[in-house]
Amino acid sequence: MAQALQRALHDSLADDPSVHIMGEDVGALGGVFRITDGLVKEFGEDRVTDTPLAEAGILGTAVGMAMYGLRPVVEMQFDAFAYPAFEQLISHVAKMRNRTRGAMPLPLTIRVPYGGGIGGVEHHSDSSEAYYMATPGLHVVTPATVADAYGLLRASIASDDPVVFLEPKRLYWAKDSWNPAEPMAVDPIGKAVVRRTGRSATLITYGPSVPVCMEAAEAAQAEGWELEVVDLRSLVPFDDETVAASVRRTGRAVVVHESGGFGGPGGEIAARVTERCFHHLEAPVLRVAGFDIPYPPPMLERHHLPGVDRILDAVARLQWEAS
Amino acid sequence: MEQREAYQPTPPPAWKPRTDPAPLLPDAEPHRVLGTEAAGKVDQGLLLRLYEELVRGRRYNAQATALTKQGRLAVYPSSTGQEAAEVAAALVLQEQDWLFPSYRDTLAAVARGLDPVQALTLLRGDWHTGYDPREHRVAPLSTPLATQLPHAVGLAHAARLKGDDVVALAMVGDGGTSEGDFHEALNFAAVWKAPVVFLVQNNGFAISVPLAKQTAAPSLAHKAVGYGMPGRLVDGNDAAAMHEVLSKAVQHARAGSGPVLVEAVTYRLEAHTNADDATRYRGDAEVEAWRAHDPIKLLERELTERGLLDEDRIQRAHDAAEEMAADLRARMNQDPVLDPMDLFTHVYAEQTTQLREQAALLRAELDAENAEHAENDAEAEQ
Ligand SMILES: Cc1ncc(C[n+]2csc(CCOP(=O)(O)OP(=O)(O)O)c2C)c(N)n1
Repeated sequence: MAQALQRALHDSLADDPSVHIMGEDVGALGGVFRITDGLVKEFGEDRVTDTPLAEAGILGTAVGMAMYGLRPVVEMQFDAFAYPAFEQLISHVAKMRNRTRGAMPLPLTIRVPYGGGIGGVEHHSDSSEAYYMATPGLHVVTPATVADAYGLLRASIASDDPVVFLEPKRLYWAKDSWNPAEPMAVDPIGKAVVRRTGRSATLITYGPSVPVCMEAAEAAQAEGWELEVVDLRSLVPFDDETVAASVRRTGRAVVVHESGGFGGPGGEIAARVTERCFHHLEAPVLRVAGFDIPYPPPMLERHHLPGVDRILDAVARLQWEAS
Repeated sequence: MEQREAYQPTPPPAWKPRTDPAPLLPDAEPHRVLGTEAAGKVDQGLLLRLYEELVRGRRYNAQATALTKQGRLAVYPSSTGQEAAEVAAALVLQEQDWLFPSYRDTLAAVARGLDPVQALTLLRGDWHTGYDPREHRVAPLSTPLATQLPHAVGLAHAARLKGDDVVALAMVGDGGTSEGDFHEALNFAAVWKAPVVFLVQNNGFAISVPLAKQTAAPSLAHKAVGYGMPGRLVDGNDAAAMHEVLSKAVQHARAGSGPVLVEAVTYRLEAHTNADDATRYRGDAEVEAWRAHDPIKLLERELTERGLLDEDRIQRAHDAAEEMAADLRARMNQDPVLDPMDLFTHVYAEQTTQLREQAALLRAELDAENAEHAENDAEAEQ
């Protein structure tokens, strides 16, 4: 996936002279995850810029650059280090189009490596998507496959609206084991995709939890369950249609994500599904989420992250009978 | 005890503080022009122009404050007493340059050529920004403190990357210099050598908090030193000094020599906004002392002493200001026409399904409301 992201950045820089990459260590080092590897050599320091170490400054200057017609692509080094930039993000990035009545759209992409599962110490594993989702004016997307990493990043950079592009860092080294044949298409932002079809229940998920759900669906076959897996790909805008169509077919749904459940994305998704599919539901929509705790230390994180067993337990609970 | 063997420490690798750019300590006293010999060298046309703009600016502030009393403006943070800094900030810029104002700087935006009514849109409450920022090269008035400063840096940097001759002038108050965004913006600008002029209007207070509780620095201009840019201290009520210092700063930035920080020492004669009670945190004596140092009086005295200003000319300046105020009043007294459906129009380039659903809901509510009004009207007619 890391290579696909690098390729997407490369192709965007090559195709559009207004694209600029900026962030901490994105130049000679190629970013701490090497996503910008080699780009400064090819495109020069004016296009791929090592900035001072200041997230609000990085995003704030990117706002000004976008105001002047450039398309900045900002790298935040880690999920939890994007927080200093939230003031800029919420008060300006998300609102510039709106406050200027459409006169000043802000085409910029904010890449955020997010989520756990890589043994990081604290402040390196947060799932911050709920904060972004709660902010009108932002698009929030997250790829789960190599093909989507490429396609969604290209679409994000081409978008005339700001996009928070969440990169599941534990998938950086993934070489799609579940569907490597997918074409490197650039789909518009906002479309969910059915990764696997089934009739017993729908697993609704995104980002780092997609491969876990695929594995769970595989394992569920032994129990005689055929699980459908919907990969949202885009949290904002939300593809109600694909999700609701799937749940109407299966009548049961579990939302799976690794960020905390309380006030998390799963609550919103479950509510939307219930509102649209109430009469098709055979059971309440369940959530399998991370615990409602600060992200745990690395040696304990496996207990926190939703795994195959926890998902299968939830599916078992879906065989609901009113008592 | 065993004697420790004497050892020769290896010297650390050579280090010396950077002297390029040379540290530029700000002036010890605010720079002044009016009432000094230097004033004689200032272009007379410019002095007269400044005078007319100050008179107009003062009237504009008074009119806007009056509009809050009539409920036509939700709030107005007046820049009365600070007109010299506001006007100079606008006048030193060329057409292609950009102004990044804070919420107090409506006057600077108007002096730059913005329609006064459009400049007041935010404060009137019918929308946030009432103008197209690109048309006048005036960024939206920023309410969160200091957040517009990094925008100015990014824009100026982008313009330079494109090879355009553009300078950005960004305005902030003394309180705003404590915000992180102020420091990050200065640092980015200095490292990138971005063509930016930072104008701090030190008007003594952040709402009620005096400068001494805001910073321990000798002056706000001193803050420039640590970032590697020149800092200038200037009498913010001296329109000629403001114009000179800001012009030089803009030239410096335009020449590719990097950013400049200018601290204008001035005073806010009115309360923070019409909603504030300034008597809670400052005494009359202080205000009166500053009234004696009023920017309009300073310039009027200079011009009169040199025989450049007579009663007739003063009258004409006031008449022009009165005309502007009457026009502003008349247009602000018209109710703005608002379309509630606009609420959903400018969130994204393309409306999401979620917003389309919510727009449909509001449409239905509005239709029902209209139908009810029509029914009531019909009943009333019977
Ligand atoms: C980030 C932020 N914090 C708090 C406020 C509330 N606030 C509005 S004006 C103000 C004082 C600002 O003082 P100063 O920067 O000196 O500017 P002045 O009002 O004197 O022009 C405060 C605290 C704000 N607008 N933004």
